[in-house]
Amino acid sequence: MSGVTSESRTPPNVRFRQVGHPLTRTDAPGKVAGRTPYAGDYAMPHMLHMRVFRADIASARLVRLDVSRARDLDGVACVLTAADLPDRSASTDIPGQVGQKRLDTGQQILVRERVRYFGEPVALIAAETRDIAEHALELVEAEFEPLPGVYDPLEAMQPGAPVVTAPDNIVAERRIRKGDVEAGFAEADLVVENTFRTPFQEQAFLEPEVGLAWVDENDVVNIRVSTQVIEHFRPIADAIGVPHNKVRVRGALVGGGFGGKEDLTVEVYLALLAKRTGRPVRLEYTREDSFVGHGKRHPFVLTYRTGVTKEGKITALEVRMVADSGAYVFLSPYVLLYALVAAPGPYRVDNLNVFARAVATNNMYTSAFRGFGALQACAAYEQQMDEVANALGMGRMELRRRNFLRTGEPMSTGFVPPSAIWTDQCAERAWAALGESTPAEGPRRIGRGIACYQQSYGRLTFLHDTSEAWVGVEMDGTVVVRSGVTDIGAGQVSALGQIAAEVIGVTLDNVVIYNSDSAVTPLAGTTTATRALYMTGNAVKQAAEGVRARLVERAARELGVEPDQVDLGDNEAFAVDNPEQSMPLVDLVRTCGAEGIHRSELAMFRAPFTDFLDPETGQGQVHPDYAYGAHAVEVAVDVDTGEVEVLKSVAAHDVGQCINPQAVEGQIQGGAQNGQGYALSEEMLYEKGRLLTPSFSEYLMPTAMDMPKVECIILESRSGVGPYGAKGIGEPAMTPVAPAIANAIADAIGVRVFEMPITPERVVRALKGRSESGGVELRA
Amino acid sequence: MSTERTITLRVNGRDEQASLPTHRTLLEALRGMGHMEVKCGCEKGDCGACAVLVDGMAVDSCLTLAWTVEGADITTVSGLGDLDALHPVQQAFADSGAAQCGFCTPGIIIAAKAIIDEIPDPGEDDIRLGLSGNLCRCTGYTKVFEAVGEAAAALRAERSAR
Repeated sequence: MSGVTSESRTPPNVRFRQVGHPLTRTDAPGKVAGRTPYAGDYAMPHMLHMRVFRADIASARLVRLDVSRARDLDGVACVLTAADLPDRSASTDIPGQVGQKRLDTGQQILVRERVRYFGEPVALIAAETRDIAEHALELVEAEFEPLPGVYDPLEAMQPGAPVVTAPDNIVAERRIRKGDVEAGFAEADLVVENTFRTPFQEQAFLEPEVGLAWVDENDVVNIRVSTQVIEHFRPIADAIGVPHNKVRVRGALVGGGFGGKEDLTVEVYLALLAKRTGRPVRLEYTREDSFVGHGKRHPFVLTYRTGVTKEGKITALEVRMVADSGAYVFLSPYVLLYALVAAPGPYRVDNLNVFARAVATNNMYTSAFRGFGALQACAAYEQQMDEVANALGMGRMELRRRNFLRTGEPMSTGFVPPSAIWTDQCAERAWAALGESTPAEGPRRIGRGIACYQQSYGRLTFLHDTSEAWVGVEMDGTVVVRSGVTDIGAGQVSALGQIAAEVIGVTLDNVVIYNSDSAVTPLAGTTTATRALYMTGNAVKQAAEGVRARLVERAARELGVEPDQVDLGDNEAFAVDNPEQSMPLVDLVRTCGAEGIHRSELAMFRAPFTDFLDPETGQGQVHPDYAYGAHAVEVAVDVDTGEVEVLKSVAAHDVGQCINPQAVEGQIQGGAQNGQGYALSEEMLYEKGRLLTPSFSEYLMPTAMDMPKVECIILESRSGVGPYGAKGIGEPAMTPVAPAIANAIADAIGVRVFEMPITPERVVRALKGRSESGGVELRA
Repeated sequence: MSTERTITLRVNGRDEQASLPTHRTLLEALRGMGHMEVKCGCEKGDCGACAVLVDGMAVDSCLTLAWTVEGADITTVSGLGDLDALHPVQQAFADSGAAQCGFCTPGIIIAAKAIIDEIPDPGEDDIRLGLSGNLCRCTGYTKVFEAVGEAAAALRAERSAR
């Protein structure tokens, strides 16, 4: 059974009418009826169709580029190459923020000379039809002179390795120095060291990147695009050389993001061609384009060295991490930072050294993906916990229990998370929910695994994140919300409606939400970093409370009671002590209107602002708060074929407060699927940087045949920094899934596969020869 | 370049004419005619987002040449019901929270309809098999399975009430 149970709740402070109920999302009817327009469903008269010509080699010099035959083709309107562009970069700075110094991401818009990854864009074609654009692609003549490339991050750090971008391949370096690690290891009875590898992963949203751009009557470049970040209007304007107020990004409901639509994708190409041709232009990536068209999840190599006493107390932890940043920087320094601070997981480690590097290679560039580095750390620390427990001969749950970070204790950076830490409850509940063990049969061995996590929600606090929202009440008592937030499928918009409905005292069907337009909806920030509910939810709540305060004040005079004796609910204002004493909301709003009382409010919510972490010790605050929870699975492993089947998948998360429990479950179940694919089947195979798996028949995400029904145990500590004590669930839902599966496989077959995805081949290989990635050192 | 041909497609009960090159897929044809509810996720038959019913059978419209289905009954998700009168399958998907980003939903609802038409009381294995050609990245399928079960039950109840 899924759902919230009473013993897992902190008592509420208020009686909710809208929040906390599993309401049908506002976007659901349109989506099931096929009535929801996505960015790719818009068209305009005289629209041109674009294609991107890409390099088919990962490391090379472009020695000749001739587009004259493509330009001359009947029906081709424009072909652009780097020679036609000013030398600007299409960098995606930390989105939506200004005034922050950071490493330059510096991706060239089109290849000028040096090709750094397979699929790098070389030329843009706009034609009257898609067929003609397609044909023109074949007429582009490009000659590449191969250059030595580097495709392994460990090799890329070696002296003499080919350098991707001068001066060297080290993109970012970060460290934590806390306590006395040497003393901690001296105190240990046992030291366990292992190296874990995590793979590339493709976001695999079902809607490929797509957009439509046109220049309007005010010379503003309008771009209707599938994106998580409408505030890219700034880097788009910089890239095409126009003022920021001359680019308008209008989102649409997004057909999946998962971080893959966090950086710029098609926007700059569209803007350039719309400007150049003066006509509307549309660009829709093919699935193959999409596989090389946005940053992937960073592969990591993580070495964990843990010192532990016989009683199971962790006395020291030393971690080395290397992340493959691919050919361009993008968000690598930040992904690395997330991995750094997550290194010890939800455990108390007083003596901690972490050294993390992101390294450039000629692989596909890597950037944001659900979990954002913290997930890769979890993949390692949770497998390491099992290895330590096995080395100690202690139960896996018991070792965890003895080391869990508790509420009020400092984490890796010395920061004390402000909310409750309920990892223990989540782990116990998830583990127990696995129930009776499935019997082994023939070559099928049964195993169980658990993984716990710590995952931030909200963006890095030194970015000074803010979110604005507008809430107003119409003369008939209906409610309007305006927020720039993009909805990438998790119900971001509907949740805002529920919050506004709660505060104003109406039902959800009385609320309409306008979102995702950089020119007319208040800038709400990105839909990334599990921040949408936390930031935009708080902003909408603030705005709605501003409206409510004035409504209540006016109603109090009408009802002859004090304002604190007035409540709003069921489209009425009423006296708390005597609900019979009431007035319809519509009358109240009309009265306010007639008397010039402001019926709307624009609010800004500000996340905590901090300095950057101490660069030497890594100590300080880096996120607003953290979510905690656990995932448990039972698997069957066929020792003849190496095939793994996930039999049971149980998630237990403290989400703080559900705004919509149904949407929360949806996030958890989807995270379980993302994580299962990451653990078992999703593999991006490269040969010298060339992607060999650019389709869904080669890149295998879990299908309806592969997924167990995912059980959700939702705990509500009501302690988070989001609206009504909410935390976030977008990223946390996925973070612990893969290590739980890895641990279950090791439990089933008695040997660990240290590299994901744990394909049948790797299982069979591990069964044939004991693995060599780890070791246990006994201390005298 | 292939030759153009004028064909009549019967979409959601209405005859619509289109002049198309013979290599045009049903997906391209339908979207070109304004049926934007049919989604393009891969154009290779891997994802199922473009599924439509052709004479009651769920097919990937990206793998079907448009002229080959002239005269057939083609149903898209919008042909099942509309906002003011959702089809029981659509209603079940909305109520269960089975649509998240919603991009795979038109194809999945079509697949679900085909399952229930063939097996009025589908078991879990029937549902899984029937949906195995449709990828979803958001839901983990749990709520999709629930929605198909609930839709089948609703349709059975509707039938027995008649």
